Amino acid sequence: MGILEVKGVNKRFGGLQALGDVNLSVAENTVHAIIGPNGAGKSTLLNCLVGKLIPDTGSVMFDGQSVLGRTPYEINQMGISRVFQTPEIFGDLTVFENMVIPAFAKRDGSFRMHAFESVASEKDIVAHAEEMLTEVNMQDKIHMHAASLSRGDKRRLEMAMCLLQEPRLLLLDEPTAGMARADTNNTIDLLKEIKEKRDITIAIIEHDMHVVFSLADRITVLAQGTPLVEDSPEKIRGNPKVREAYLGEAA
Amino acid sequence: MDAILLQILNGLDKGSAYALIALGLTLIFGTLGVVNFAHGALFMLGAFCAVTLQRLLSLSYETIDETKTDFLGNPLKVKTPYVEGWFGPEVGGAIIDWAVPLSVIIAIPIMVGIGYAMERGLIKHFYKRPHADQILVTFGLAIVLQEIVKYFFGANPIQTPPPDALLGVVNIGAAFGLEIAYPIWRMVYFLFSVAIIGGVFSFLQFTTFGMVVRAGMADRETVGLLGIDIDKRFTTMFGLAAAVAGLAGVMYGPINPPNYHMGMDFLVLSFVVVVVGGMGSLPGAVLAGFMLGILESFASTTWATTTIPGINQIIIYLVAIIVLLTRPRGLMGRKGVMED
Amino acid sequence: MLGLNKKDMTLLIVVAILTLLAPFILNPFPVDSGMAQFNAGYPDLMQRFVIFGILAIGFNILFGLTGYLSFGHAAFLGVGSYAAVWMFKLLSYNVVPAILFSVILAGLFSVLIGYVSLRRSGIYFSILTLAFAQMSFALAYSVLSNPKFNLTNGETGLQVYADDPQILHRDGLPDVPHLFGWAMRDNFLELKLGGWEFTFNNGYYLCAAILLVVFYLSIRLFRSPFGLMLRAVKSNQQRLNYTGLNPKPYTLAAFIISGMYAGLAGGLLASMDPLAGAERMQWTASGEIVLMTILGGAGTLIGPVLGAGFIKYFENIFSKINDNVLHQWFSFMPDGMEDFLVFIVHPFVGKGWHLTLGILFMLVVTFLPGGLVEGGQRLGRLVRSRGKKPEDPKDPEHHPKETPHVAE
Repeated sequence: MGILEVKGVNKRFGGLQALGDVNLSVAENTVHAIIGPNGAGKSTLLNCLVGKLIPDTGSVMFDGQSVLGRTPYEINQMGISRVFQTPEIFGDLTVFENMVIPAFAKRDGSFRMHAFESVASEKDIVAHAEEMLTEVNMQDKIHMHAASLSRGDKRRLEMAMCLLQEPRLLLLDEPTAGMARADTNNTIDLLKEIKEKRDITIAIIEHDMHVVFSLADRITVLAQGTPLVEDSPEKIRGNPKVREAYLGEAA
Repeated sequence: MDAILLQILNGLDKGSAYALIALGLTLIFGTLGVVNFAHGALFMLGAFCAVTLQRLLSLSYETIDETKTDFLGNPLKVKTPYVEGWFGPEVGGAIIDWAVPLSVIIAIPIMVGIGYAMERGLIKHFYKRPHADQILVTFGLAIVLQEIVKYFFGANPIQTPPPDALLGVVNIGAAFGLEIAYPIWRMVYFLFSVAIIGGVFSFLQFTTFGMVVRAGMADRETVGLLGIDIDKRFTTMFGLAAAVAGLAGVMYGPINPPNYHMGMDFLVLSFVVVVVGGMGSLPGAVLAGFMLGILESFASTTWATTTIPGINQIIIYLVAIIVLLTRPRGLMGRKGVMED
Repeated sequence: MLGLNKKDMTLLIVVAILTLLAPFILNPFPVDSGMAQFNAGYPDLMQRFVIFGILAIGFNILFGLTGYLSFGHAAFLGVGSYAAVWMFKLLSYNVVPAILFSVILAGLFSVLIGYVSLRRSGIYFSILTLAFAQMSFALAYSVLSNPKFNLTNGETGLQVYADDPQILHRDGLPDVPHLFGWAMRDNFLELKLGGWEFTFNNGYYLCAAILLVVFYLSIRLFRSPFGLMLRAVKSNQQRLNYTGLNPKPYTLAAFIISGMYAGLAGGLLASMDPLAGAERMQWTASGEIVLMTILGGAGTLIGPVLGAGFIKYFENIFSKINDNVLHQWFSFMPDGMEDFLVFIVHPFVGKGWHLTLGILFMLVVTFLPGGLVEGGQRLGRLVRSRGKKPEDPKDPEHHPKETPHVAE
């Protein structure tokens, strides 16, 4: 029984079958990659996991509880954090403020009327945020506007914001899309480091095979909205069906 | 039966005005992505085109009629409009009498010009700015325009009568054996609006220009990528929307004497119309315009106002709230428009 | 001190000094001098400065922090005024219950309007609030003023009549709004020093004290986690949602708070002059609130107060200028030139104040979206960089600028 169980999920947009009978099980404390060619339904699947879309049929269970019909913030409060393809951060705020917000969300829940004490007086929150920033090597940028960060730093910040909440499941949507090789390698190292330091399950949607094979414990190949195979990286590499559907072009 | 029909008919003129303004608002919003708070001012400027023409035509010179004297025994001064002097009292008098319909001819180029100037001179610089800035700057413009009109024409409503021939009432139910007295000019206004709405829709439907604009409303970026100079067409679109609002204003004068703040009064209601019809939907705007106009007319009956005093003043807002709570996208709203 | 950091404390102290010494500061010219027309130290004008300051501070909590542009805040101002006058009619002329009730009623009203309007964001929200305000105006102007049920007294405006119950009224208490016998319209001190005159008005000092309290509260709110969440709503709602926070109650709370500020302002207006009219709720009034906030600097602490003062001051000055004054000003010029200048300026002054306001509105939005505060900052940077330039060749790419604090 995995921490995330997707069973028989279908999603249709008009005449297009975006997802057809998707079954997926992500085991706890593993890195599970979901790969597939463009239009295979990877993003649709991800959106079904975080509450942005509701599947037409099927079930999505996280830690024994259904996520269907819940809003994104409720799902986050259950322990699922999401990193976007293009970093979604609070551009108008400082790096520090960006870090403080998830800390409050973790401690106080989805809403708390907390309008009199200053942020600075919340010592535990401040310490927590600073500690996390140090861990991702951004302590020197703490007072910068988040919008003025480099793309790599924005990604780093977003990841730190998610990790600060100590999610049980971290969803990564093409975290290296559009990155130069050096940045991609840095991201791989960062993710490996994250994985080593804590118990966390990571589900990653990725295009870049280099990233997938460096990180994943388990791989699901999606093609035309349906899982083709699910196996370990070694087996996937040798699987003729996968080569045909996806790696064929790359190999 | 007669009473119901009469109320429907009574709602048509206001409904037409709402529909025309809402149509322009939707066109501008759909193509340029700008909410134009100065659109009501364009309606008002149209009405004042008619006022201006009427005044120009009535410019007179004085002659002294030696044969008559006034009550002090001085020779009587007679004012004659120049137009009558040039064309003779028959033709000249007719021209003055028909000032409002004639204004349509001069209002078209004037309003298109104002629309062009507004878009090129101001709105253009706000495409990439936040929506709040667009709202605020057009709001400021609306104030400026109406204050200018107030400066030149004063704060009081100005009578702009329809031609004598179109004054009066006609029984339009006669053919069906019903007794429905309806002012001719309101009938004219309704038919005029229908013609304009029809014109705009067929223009969008049957010309290449319209096709590009419709495509642009659906997906602006892609059309831009096709190498079509979409911006230029959108400017023209703005001119068109300004003309539609202006014409709605020109012909509205005889129904309600124009004043400087009529634009804002209509704008707020037209916004409600757009929201009810569905942001970005042209047929929705027209449909909701007529529907709300008719509804307002029903709410203005003595029966309604004695049951709930003042219901006619707030009925449109109440309906808007109900629609919004039950169908947040409006009656015919498209998915993805204004849903951040 | 008071839970504020040093910078915020300085700001609060400066504002406190300015408001408490306003009767001196606003009357810099001797009464007999030609410049006396630029004095602003009259009780009713000073009262308006602080009351509209309160209104703008409240509006800024919604617009400045969350970015939700409400075009209907005048409705809450009106509701507050009506509520206060009703308290005068029913209880007594004491302003305490009046002000409390105006805040509460405006709060309830904003729950209602906010709940519906906040179902949508962006332009939709602005349109909805505008529609609600116009509806409130229609309600106040005609619907709720009929022989059967007269809540607002329509066109005439709501006022206190001799046959009103005033159940708490006792003999010896003034027959005008008062604070436990301390009449709002009275001056507790009128100072004549040489050619100067300074007036110290009871009502003004009540308003000023309230302004300082609500200004202090707004500083606390700006620095609080709640204020941070509101700025996050403006910055990126998507991220906020995926960070486990629900933006809805945050924005609704901000809306209600700012509605209560507006209600407070309305209650104070009625306490200074016990009359409430529907025109206070019109869209032009809402637009003026927006303009004050933007002109001063939305999202900054002090901006809205500056904007309110600026607009109310120039409204007063401009409205007083007529052709005679203009001729006086330009009298040093040759005759033709003088007439020409008077002709040019005439449409913008006196009754033309709204035209000037509209133009100002457009200019500020176009060229100075950050308002006076940003203008001041730019000016300050210009002066500083001129002094420093030679030895400080900063490369902006490698030294990204630090975020300025919200209140600068």
